Amino acid sequence: MIARSSTVLAAAALLAVAGCAKKKPAELPPPPPSSTTPAPEASGPPTGGVGNTVVPGSRADFLQQVGTDTIHFAFDSSGIDPEAQSILTAQARWLSQHPNVAVTIEGHCDERGTREYNLALGERRANAAKDFLVAQGVSPGRISTISYGKERPIALGSNEEAWAQNRRAVTVVPQ
Amino acid sequence: MQARLIAAAAALLASSAALAQVPATKAAPGAGPQPGQRLVVDINGGISQPMPIAIPAMPTPQVNRTEAGSTDALGRQVAEVVTNDLKGSGLFKPVSASHPVAFPQVTAPEYDYWSTTGASALVQGFVQANNDGTLTVGCYLYDVYAKQELTRQGFVVKPADWRRAAHKCADTVYTRLTGEGSYFDSRVVYVSETGPKNHRTKRLAIMDQDGANHRFLTNGQSIVLTPRFAPNQQEIVYMSYVGNRPRIYTYEIGSGRQHLVVSSPNMTFAPRFSPDGRYIVYSMSTGANTQIYRIPTSGGTPQRLTSAPGINTAPCYSPDGSKIVFESDRSGGQQIYVMNADGSNQHRISFGAGRHATPVWSPRGDLIAFTRIGGGFDVGVMAPDGSGERILTHGWQDEGPTWSPNGRVIMFFRTAQGSGHTSLWSIDLTGVNERHIPTPLDGSDPAWGPLRP
Repeated sequence: MIARSSTVLAAAALLAVAGCAKKKPAELPPPPPSSTTPAPEASGPPTGGVGNTVVPGSRADFLQQVGTDTIHFAFDSSGIDPEAQSILTAQARWLSQHPNVAVTIEGHCDERGTREYNLALGERRANAAKDFLVAQGVSPGRISTISYGKERPIALGSNEEAWAQNRRAVTVVPQ
Repeated sequence: MQARLIAAAAALLASSAALAQVPATKAAPGAGPQPGQRLVVDINGGISQPMPIAIPAMPTPQVNRTEAGSTDALGRQVAEVVTNDLKGSGLFKPVSASHPVAFPQVTAPEYDYWSTTGASALVQGFVQANNDGTLTVGCYLYDVYAKQELTRQGFVVKPADWRRAAHKCADTVYTRLTGEGSYFDSRVVYVSETGPKNHRTKRLAIMDQDGANHRFLTNGQSIVLTPRFAPNQQEIVYMSYVGNRPRIYTYEIGSGRQHLVVSSPNMTFAPRFSPDGRYIVYSMSTGANTQIYRIPTSGGTPQRLTSAPGINTAPCYSPDGSKIVFESDRSGGQQIYVMNADGSNQHRISFGAGRHATPVWSPRGDLIAFTRIGGGFDVGVMAPDGSGERILTHGWQDEGPTWSPNGRVIMFFRTAQGSGHTSLWSIDLTGVNERHIPTPLDGSDPAWGPLRP
């Protein structure tokens, strides 16, 4: 994508693109075949830096300023606990500083729910995070949600520790 | 899709004059050890004492090459498929049947020989290449002790569809001996899975109920979930993450064309057709709540059927279309509810230990299969009023039941603890005869289609 260019100008252009494209973030065209770098993964390692400089408003900036893009939930719950509240509060603060950035919140579940229920539960978690951000003053139009149910665990085990990591909502800032 | 199946004895007699001339002796008086008793398989108790049955290779009147192989080889293969079908039901115990059958013996069995094998029933048949490029498969069922023909059927198929003729033959035997509908000539659509647990590639796939004729329908670029057949079997409804927008789509099996079902910014999922094919019932999430809707298959305005706060999902019609069973967490955890098809009279039916999810109404109407969430996931059944709950399986995670067309067998998927590998299994309604269904890769979300016409 455009953002893979190595000039600051292009990075600035990215911010503009990100702002305009918020309604259809999923429909950005695939990278051209001539691209010399692999297509960026939506949840891949933080980039957005040019050299050693973190571009304000980028995903890397978000992660650096907020500390994490992820909050966690109790089993079969979409409740926002105090730890999640403080993370979301920091996310809201960052979003208020970068009003042109639109985000997608992914809701995820552990593997101990049935397929359909987990899709709904993941949506419920993503919306719980969204509602919290909105209550903090972030415009709801800047936040889209998507549930992955139990389709995209981050921890691979079948144990309490892995399940706790997988019950999450991830605020995805464009690269 | 193009198979011309003529399941009529008349057609067989017309197309195989040589056989038609052999008189079908109806009465062989007093020959069996149990004179006067009909040869019957008890479908409920039959698995503990499966009926011994002989299914020798089917001869051909003339060896001809076809695009599916020579007719004598096909005769052996048809007998193998019939054998595997009947054995797999758990109700039959095929005996060694290497004894050769000459073509004229197809309608004049060597009863004296077959009675020495221990077989109570005998399936014979033939495979014949027709001038128009089709195959005729003849299928005959005999009572070995009564020395009596019980039924006969003829099937005209394209050579590529020879397995369907074999399944139809097995269906004929099963139905004649159990008095019940059968399920062998049917297909399963499911989700083929491969790749690491945190990034599974999922593709729609379709296959015969025995795993043969396997075909991938989607390429795996997008996550796909919960495919279900349309009653006419020409379409599948499923959920796809194409464009990172999880929505329900229909897939035309013949053309591969896909259509978005509901135009909405919200996630739509858990779709199923109504028994008459006129509606698709599904769930849509709006914020914290998920409600059940139906939309005309031809398009139109969705109608909301549930309104209780919570997650209302996994809807499934009763076979007569008058009711919908679904799961809801409105009372706390997931439990099973039944409502009228217009959304009225919603009432909870599951009250046993643990949670109950993914209800699926039996095509016979008498039972609802479900996933019970206790320590792990098990598959069970209960009556539509919630009585008679029985747990049938005991895996770490057994989920997502689907019924055979005759409501006797339940297929489900099993997830392995740790690795996350998934596989398809079936089990008899009585809780025995658990069998692994072979798939090329991992498999989940099976949906068993109706008996094919």
